[in-house]
Amino acid sequence: MAKFHEQGPRTPVSVSTRVDKVNPKYKSVNSVRALLVFIMAMIGLIPVFVMGITAFKARADVVSVPPKLIFEPTLEGFVFLFTNRAVVAQSRLVEFREAAEAGELNLFEQIALNTGQEITGPSDYVFRLRNSVIIAGLSTIISVILGLFAAYAFSRFEIPGKNDLLFFILSTRMLPAVVVTIPLFLMFRQLSLHDTHLGMILLYTVFNLSFAVWLLKGFLDEIPKEYEEAALVDGYTRLQAFFKIVLPQAVTGIAATTVFCLIFAWNEYAFALMLTSEKARTAPPSIATMLGRGGIEWSAIAAGSLGFLIPVVIVTFVLRQYLLRGVTFGAIRQ
Amino acid sequence: MATIELQRVEKKFGELHAVKPMDLTIEDGEFIVLLGPSGCGKTTTLRMISGLEAVSGGTILLNGRNVTWLHPSDRDIAFVFQFFALYPHLSVRENIVFPLKAQREPNNVIEKRLKDVVTLLQIQHLLGMNPGKLSSGDQQRVALARALVRRPAAFLMDEPLGALDAEFRENMRAEIKQLHIDQKATTVYVTHDQIEALAMGNRIVVMSDAEIKQVGTPAEVYNDPANLFVARFIGSPGMNLVKGRYSEGVVHLPGERNRYQVPSFWRDNLDQASDGDGEVILGFRPEAAQISEDGELSGEVYATDMHGAYTMLHLNINKHDILHLRGTRLVYYPIGTPVSFNLQPSMVRFFHPRDEQAISKEMGK
Repeated sequence: MAKFHEQGPRTPVSVSTRVDKVNPKYKSVNSVRALLVFIMAMIGLIPVFVMGITAFKARADVVSVPPKLIFEPTLEGFVFLFTNRAVVAQSRLVEFREAAEAGELNLFEQIALNTGQEITGPSDYVFRLRNSVIIAGLSTIISVILGLFAAYAFSRFEIPGKNDLLFFILSTRMLPAVVVTIPLFLMFRQLSLHDTHLGMILLYTVFNLSFAVWLLKGFLDEIPKEYEEAALVDGYTRLQAFFKIVLPQAVTGIAATTVFCLIFAWNEYAFALMLTSEKARTAPPSIATMLGRGGIEWSAIAAGSLGFLIPVVIVTFVLRQYLLRGVTFGAIRQ
Repeated sequence: MATIELQRVEKKFGELHAVKPMDLTIEDGEFIVLLGPSGCGKTTTLRMISGLEAVSGGTILLNGRNVTWLHPSDRDIAFVFQFFALYPHLSVRENIVFPLKAQREPNNVIEKRLKDVVTLLQIQHLLGMNPGKLSSGDQQRVALARALVRRPAAFLMDEPLGALDAEFRENMRAEIKQLHIDQKATTVYVTHDQIEALAMGNRIVVMSDAEIKQVGTPAEVYNDPANLFVARFIGSPGMNLVKGRYSEGVVHLPGERNRYQVPSFWRDNLDQASDGDGEVILGFRPEAAQISEDGELSGEVYATDMHGAYTMLHLNINKHDILHLRGTRLVYYPIGTPVSFNLQPSMVRFFHPRDEQAISKEMGK
């Protein structure tokens, strides 16, 4: 191995690589690195894994010490998540048992019965999740669209005080957002925006817009202006050139910005807790405060969080090819 | 096709003149080359003609119509960019028909024009491909096709060969010239490569420091540069320029025995032009010197370069003045060899040292 630099590898190198990268020493260092990255990824995934198994645990298994890896899975968490329940009175318990034996109860009712409860109605989890989809989705779409036009203007035109404006836009992110919660709360009260979808959409749009403008400007700056100029002399207007030429080339940037804005709006907790109560309450504050009978329903919270992850995962998955594509190889040689 | 007329057209960036007021008339079907070093304003001039850059003053006429303030898309001109600017998300075919789609041409017209232009440029086999996958020569062919397909009144080309590899450049130069002969389209072509300019232009506009230095055919700017800038800039290397002192039919040049007997037809003009201290600048091209043993001018070999067909001799006539001479490739000149030479009388030019303008060789001027 010591003589590698004199003798070279045993087999001819038939891939494109730097000369020292075929040294067995480097190869082993590389596999150690890969292993480390893998271990770190696994450590990072532990919370998600714990959440996943907790969602399927019965109450006793959730709180057992040490935590159980092998247990009997149950849908209890999901039943608790999706329903409101009440304790079945001792006098009616026999009645319920008989109904269960006769097969008159559905799966959810049977699981609830096993814990001595009856289902009184659906919970508001689905409703809250729908609020989250509406608020996060619309605010993301609005921020990306507004951000795209603003970024295009900043990228292409001479605007008086352009740098000051850009700095001002960035400065809106320079203090922790929570600091302004109280003034915002009062303003929202005054404007009747408290606990409304519109209020939350506006709020998240404001917070995401500065980010979207800066991120998209970077991507648009990368697109050579010759493309638009070519379209202009080819007989198109500025707006047509924007839609036909700039937009298709900015997809990577738009996708990345969309995912970031969505994740922010989707995960936002503090404002949602303060500025919504019933009608417009989103999923994050409601999952965290999910309380059961005589204690916190950890399995329900885990199940709720699991459901909460799914939309973001789907969006990211759909846009992944644009996120990973990076720089497109265009017809311009720089 | 079209004539293009620039009347006192200028461009200022703040206080800085990118293009000083210039007048230029480009005739119908002409291939005109804007030539100059980078930063001389040639590309800005082209962009003003296209409308991609607004003028600071003056008027642009296209076929007699005032287009100075018209949107680029309404000017009926095509622009070919140095870096091709092919839309990377569209196929070659979509790229070429893109301008026709803007004009909302019916499909059969689009198909026919497409067929004509790809046949002309012989790029049928590229139609389905992605422009990013093409060689630079093919990319520029597609860009030319996109310009040609509209049949515009004029073509504007901004260093279209600048980004090509040497191998493609020679071929494309011939192709563009052939296209021009074929189409008779008015073309304005920007380049900093004087060989390209001499090879392609019907007329050359030499620019420097934001203004026109000379307008003329390639032969005119090469043989009769109007001033020292053009004399230096055109040719590789440029004209040999040596400061000398004229008196009574003889120019005294640096070096011990270097006296140049001025041909008789120059004398009247030099007598008039060199009043005062008699300082003139003598100019001649490397190929105007004929090396011979009894030449009237002489110097020492400073360096020699092999150019293939000939050898370029760099000759030291004193410490500061180095002349470039064309020698035969069959003779070897070691450094330090004394060489003497004569100048072909018809190829000698004179310039004023003060205003740097050429002294006319015509009588009575």
